[in-house]
Amino acid sequence: MSIGLLLAIILGLAAVGYVFGIRRAKSASGGDTRSLHSLAGYHGQSVFLFVAVPALLLVGIWLLVQPIIIESRVSGLIVEADIPQGGSRDLVMSDVRRVAGGLNIIAGEGGLSEDEIANMGADLGDLRSRLGGVGVALASDIQPNVFEASKRYRQMTNTGQIMLSVSAIALALAGFVYSIARITADFRARNVSEGFVKLLFIACSCVAVLTTFGIVASLVVESLHFFRLYPVSDFLFSLTWNPQFRGGSDLGIWPLLWGTLYVSFVALLFAVPVGLMSAIYLSEYASKRVRSVVKPAIEILAGIPTIVYGLFALITVGPFLRDYFAQPFGLGSSSSSVLTAGLVMGIMLIPFVSSLSDDIINAVPQSMRDGSFGLGATHSETVRQVILPAALPGIVGAILLAASRAIGETMIVVMGAGAAAKLSLNPLEAMTTITVKIVSQLTGDTEFASPETLVAFALGLMLFIFTLGLNVIALYVVRKYREQYE
Amino acid sequence: MTNAAVHSTPRSGSLFSQDQRTRRRNTAERRFRIYGQAAIGIAMMALVILLASVLGNGLSAFRQTFINMPVTLDADVLDKKGNRDADDLKKVTTIGYSKLLLNSLTQLIEDQGLAIEGLAASDIKDMISDDAAAQVRNRVLANPELIGQTVSLKVLANGRIDGYLKGRVSMESAERDSNVSVNQLRLTDEMMERGLIGKSFNWSFITAADASELRPEAAGLGVAILGSAYMMIVVLVLALPIGVAASIYLEEFAPKNRWTDLIEVNISNLAAVPSIVFGILGLAIFINFAGLPQSAPIVGGLVLTLMTLPTIIISTRAAIKAVPPSIRDAALGIGASKMQTVFHHVLPLAAPGILTGTIIGLAQALGETAPLLLIGMVAFVRDFPAAPPEGLFDPAAALPVQVYNWTQRADPAFVERASGAIIVLLIFLLAMNAVAILLRRKFERRW
Repeated sequence: MSIGLLLAIILGLAAVGYVFGIRRAKSASGGDTRSLHSLAGYHGQSVFLFVAVPALLLVGIWLLVQPIIIESRVSGLIVEADIPQGGSRDLVMSDVRRVAGGLNIIAGEGGLSEDEIANMGADLGDLRSRLGGVGVALASDIQPNVFEASKRYRQMTNTGQIMLSVSAIALALAGFVYSIARITADFRARNVSEGFVKLLFIACSCVAVLTTFGIVASLVVESLHFFRLYPVSDFLFSLTWNPQFRGGSDLGIWPLLWGTLYVSFVALLFAVPVGLMSAIYLSEYASKRVRSVVKPAIEILAGIPTIVYGLFALITVGPFLRDYFAQPFGLGSSSSSVLTAGLVMGIMLIPFVSSLSDDIINAVPQSMRDGSFGLGATHSETVRQVILPAALPGIVGAILLAASRAIGETMIVVMGAGAAAKLSLNPLEAMTTITVKIVSQLTGDTEFASPETLVAFALGLMLFIFTLGLNVIALYVVRKYREQYE
Repeated sequence: MTNAAVHSTPRSGSLFSQDQRTRRRNTAERRFRIYGQAAIGIAMMALVILLASVLGNGLSAFRQTFINMPVTLDADVLDKKGNRDADDLKKVTTIGYSKLLLNSLTQLIEDQGLAIEGLAASDIKDMISDDAAAQVRNRVLANPELIGQTVSLKVLANGRIDGYLKGRVSMESAERDSNVSVNQLRLTDEMMERGLIGKSFNWSFITAADASELRPEAAGLGVAILGSAYMMIVVLVLALPIGVAASIYLEEFAPKNRWTDLIEVNISNLAAVPSIVFGILGLAIFINFAGLPQSAPIVGGLVLTLMTLPTIIISTRAAIKAVPPSIRDAALGIGASKMQTVFHHVLPLAAPGILTGTIIGLAQALGETAPLLLIGMVAFVRDFPAAPPEGLFDPAAALPVQVYNWTQRADPAFVERASGAIIVLLIFLLAMNAVAILLRRKFERRW
């Protein structure tokens, strides 16, 4: 039974339960619905929830757990000799899955009966072409053990599927009978269904915690794999980044970290003055009309996806800087450079800095401005000597948030900064960042056993720690600052 | 004059003439204002240059060069048995069709007397896009009655010819380029004069699938738009209910304790986690652990759901908070339960705010690229995914990733395509934001 059909059956049962619950409640009331504790609809709802939710939960958990159990059982059937030179167990297992899928298709089309598949094994040569006929192309002939494993895999999956259907429907029916049987005139159906809904709410609010847990778990586990293959000290202290396909790579984080910080620094150098000054001008000087035009325009910059900025860096800013600055001064000849990525990222950060600073400047109490004006200060003196010092902690927090955004930014640096890992001071040279290397190590054909791939997870972990740290500090600073004037 | 001297100078003269110090302070004031105006000027200029660069590079992608020519759909070639049987027609491959096109074009050039010295047969063949044969073939298969007739068709021209019409390829560059010859460009000039070749609106840029590196003229956004739409469906179906449920719990029911604090801290931190980290999560959990297929919209949708969730929760909570407590008190006062209060009164009143926040979250998700790169959406996909729900598991592309993909290709024609794709993306974003603003304008209520 397919999953879609199973879900449809469960939901159908639940809908039937809803109608039945209402009927049952009405008959329990003896014709006078006022004698019910809860409205009939709540009785229906409680039946619906008891039928649908446990069964759907079971299906979800089962679908997650079943492949893991089956994989671990089946991979025991494959001995070391079956794994081809230079391959890995994972690759063989993916062959197993594909062969099993192909067998399913053949069986589904009626090409082979179940008995025929069970007795197969001797004529493996014919099988490969038959599998090819249904779209499962295999690189080499199937090993007998692999074929046995596929048959086992297919059999276990099919049994699992049947067991899942049976138990899910049984659970739904049990919920149906249980909740219908409970219905009496005094049954507090509203409280039950409301309690149930509240539980669902709680579960939904835990998704955020689960996500964080998932992020941390996946980063840490894969990083540990990486550090088993590659020493931590080399990763943290080596000054060269030079991944090799044949092993013996140097995977030091410093060149990447340097590139990341350099690009972010250039970006902030551009974004902070521009963003801060425009926030000051907008909140202190600008007329209402100017404000109503300029503010949304700056917010448009915030709504533009980063891929657009990346393309801008690639086709406009990069060539411009190369032709008018790098080549005339002999500082470099590549269109992707730290300055390209930094400038474009700075543009991206302007609305971020300006809207945060705007909030912070507006939070400075009017009485401080009035006091300063009363002493005869000009407007700019008030801004520079009263408002900015008062708002300083908040502005520092805003800059830290912007820095965290800059460090984690990916598309602009992928398309603007280049791919060469080096430690250099020249801003017109191509350099690379942590995020660029995560993308380049994890896209394309990746094999999850090599340190060259796994290093991406360690880089991701570093990135996560950096941005999280910056954010926590920034939020703390901003909150402290807000409390000061509340 | 030193500073001390300024201070010690007794004020002499009129109050109406500024002394030096006042003048200096006023100059500083003006200077400060100019700094502010300059900052705003720089920001506005950046916006204008950004949009101008994208529009300038991309608008031409919507117009494509076609050759207007009569094509003789020779029955002897296309249907040897003469029975118009669909299976037999399918046996004729694109090679057969491209020969037909070549013959027709050669004929046309002869008829018009367009002999260019040194023009080889291969030059004529390369005028036509490699994809044109497949397009004509599909058209014939859909409508077998055309066989045997001579129909006037708009045949897709080669990317370099298209580039020549758009100013990307010139006579000088053609001399160095092995993919196009000067003779072809001369022929193009001649054909332009007689109106045999020209640009017209390119629907297939929006509807067709991606094409290989060698045929930029045929590359389209169809699969990418469909893939993005599928992902948005997944995000909407998952993120909206989960986000609203979580916000209701946190705003209306949650007791103040450590667990709730933990959830709140988590949500605000998730909003600041770099998007690429979500890509790593998707790769490790959804693909490697749960075994979902690579480059499938379902995985992209799940990753984007987790990314959008904090945005939706934050805006939903703000909308729920904006509903005045008096409404809750009134409902509770006449005997509604807490849950009834929420579902009957608070949610309907907060709905416009929730919808606005959701649309803005969706718009963010639509433009997100980095996490999708990691879950394999960069793969070259030519087949359209099936209809949902099965189609959610088929490989597909996504709009922003398609842009990235095209920028990685060598032919400069793809830069034009990428910018055109950005325009399509920006139009979608603009439409979504406009809907959000309209909703807010129409339903916003102040208490």
